[in-house]
Amino acid sequence: MQTLATGSMSRGKKIGITLRRQPTMYFGIAVLAILALVAIFAPLLAGMNPLEINPLARMKPPSAEHFFGTDALGRDVFARVVWGARVSLVVGVAVAVASVVLGVLIGMLAGYFSKLDMLIMRIMDGLMAIPNILLAIALMAVLKGGLSTVIIAIIIPEVPRVVRLVRALVLSIRHQPYVEAAHAVGTRTHKILAMHILPNLFAPLMVQATFIAASAIILEAVLSFLGVGIPPQTPSWGNIMADGRNFLSIAFHIILFPGLFLAMTVLAVNMLGDGLRDMLDPKLANKI
Amino acid sequence: MVVVAVFVFLLAHMSPGDPAAVLAGDNATVEDVEKIRASMGLDKPLIEQFLIWGGNVLQGDLGMSTSTNVPVLKLIHQRMGPTLSIALFTILLAVLLAVPLGIVAAWKAGSLTDRLIMLGSVLAFSIPVFLIGYGLAYVFSVKMSLLPVQGYKPMSAGIGLYFKHLLLPCVSLGLVYMALLTRMTRATMLEALGEDYIRTARAKGLDSRLVIWHALKNAANPIVTTVGVGIAMLIGGVVVTETVFAIPGLGRLTVDAVLRHDYPVIQGVLLIASAIYVLINLLVDLSYRIFDPRMDR
Repeated sequence: MQTLATGSMSRGKKIGITLRRQPTMYFGIAVLAILALVAIFAPLLAGMNPLEINPLARMKPPSAEHFFGTDALGRDVFARVVWGARVSLVVGVAVAVASVVLGVLIGMLAGYFSKLDMLIMRIMDGLMAIPNILLAIALMAVLKGGLSTVIIAIIIPEVPRVVRLVRALVLSIRHQPYVEAAHAVGTRTHKILAMHILPNLFAPLMVQATFIAASAIILEAVLSFLGVGIPPQTPSWGNIMADGRNFLSIAFHIILFPGLFLAMTVLAVNMLGDGLRDMLDPKLANKI
Repeated sequence: MVVVAVFVFLLAHMSPGDPAAVLAGDNATVEDVEKIRASMGLDKPLIEQFLIWGGNVLQGDLGMSTSTNVPVLKLIHQRMGPTLSIALFTILLAVLLAVPLGIVAAWKAGSLTDRLIMLGSVLAFSIPVFLIGYGLAYVFSVKMSLLPVQGYKPMSAGIGLYFKHLLLPCVSLGLVYMALLTRMTRATMLEALGEDYIRTARAKGLDSRLVIWHALKNAANPIVTTVGVGIAMLIGGVVVTETVFAIPGLGRLTVDAVLRHDYPVIQGVLLIASAIYVLINLLVDLSYRIFDPRMDR
């Protein structure tokens, strides 16, 4: 019924109505907007140098001077958490965009050219048989630790999931009458793929991209936490938590604050994804 | 599995640095390095190396760890116990709690109980394992001193001690898994409860417990599939949990191997982890027949 009522409205109005129906999506967008601002203005907000070591103020609890306390080297945890937002958001966005782009290219090849399908899907199945954290860790053994290599190590396990989705969608779309009609009048294959198939992938891919971003942010934190991700002195939420690992009983705040930020971010991204899914595909609203 | 094997094999060969040169040390001459290279079989063509390696793997020989000089299989065998214990009890815990929660949420769909359960599952899905783990450790171990903070005790050290050390890791790892299972159970149960035969059963005045049982039998397949798919997530999560609780399992072994560039160990763990994953999903496929006898036809 709601789709009937909104059928004649502009897209902007539809989004407005969905937002009202989904307060959690509002929350997600608001949190992410604040985080993006925090990341952009990190140098101003942090107040202190996140790398500055102060042996006199080691593992101090939160206070007016150090909002989130200090870590084992006397570095300000608040400043490190604020700078860490940059790493997490860059990783989330970069991985989501790159794995969707790669996944669409490979998935369209597999879905449209049945000769390639067999080969591509066997490789993808193989990659998917390795748990993604283990695969990323193993890739980090080969790559040198750093932001860009961490992003690559996270993209590789994510791509097969996009490929699978795109391939399934392409397989169902390519037999739609309008695609067959385009084929019959002699439209070139690349044009069919770009003009007739790609636009139909947009909605499900948006949803997939947000969930990939959430999983990428967690994976980066996991890699850094385990000591195989971003170099330890660089403030990233995973690194800060790794620093606090041995001081759980005396300085819980070192782990607590970056952990809360991480949880909030992932929650916000997931809520955005849930909202997008319900908005773009009402049929799925009650599933999962 | 063959694709995994090729990938795992190539992984070590993409790595920077020359293992022969590393083993030979700084003072080695070019000849020494060549000699070691020949003894390791690294001078042969890539395909031949792969076939030799693959043959050894099939015979159960995963090679030697380059950093400790212990056979990889032995290392993995030593570390298997804690990891399997955590994984097994986590699955058990998650299934026993999540399936009933999902059923309740579906039965009372739209109610406050349902909303609370769904909210809880979104939260559990987003909170990273280490935050849950450290949070639990801080409250139950540091503040209340009820449970050990870290470490692992084998079953031979006493059943009580064994479970005490496993409880927190399993709970913290299980929450994410529970969230996934609860949502899946709710979704499939909702669908099953909307079917005609359920309406008939209710119209006949059947006891609601029996109605749920009818629906659950029909919702079982997707739930079991999710259990299988979740195994990959679980194996990944074990790595983190082991680090949080300082448990000497496979995850710790892998991370240490990465830090030491010990490729044979990494290859071995990857192969075994994916073999377990494939095997479990095979079992899941076979279990469909139990829940859905129509498949036999």
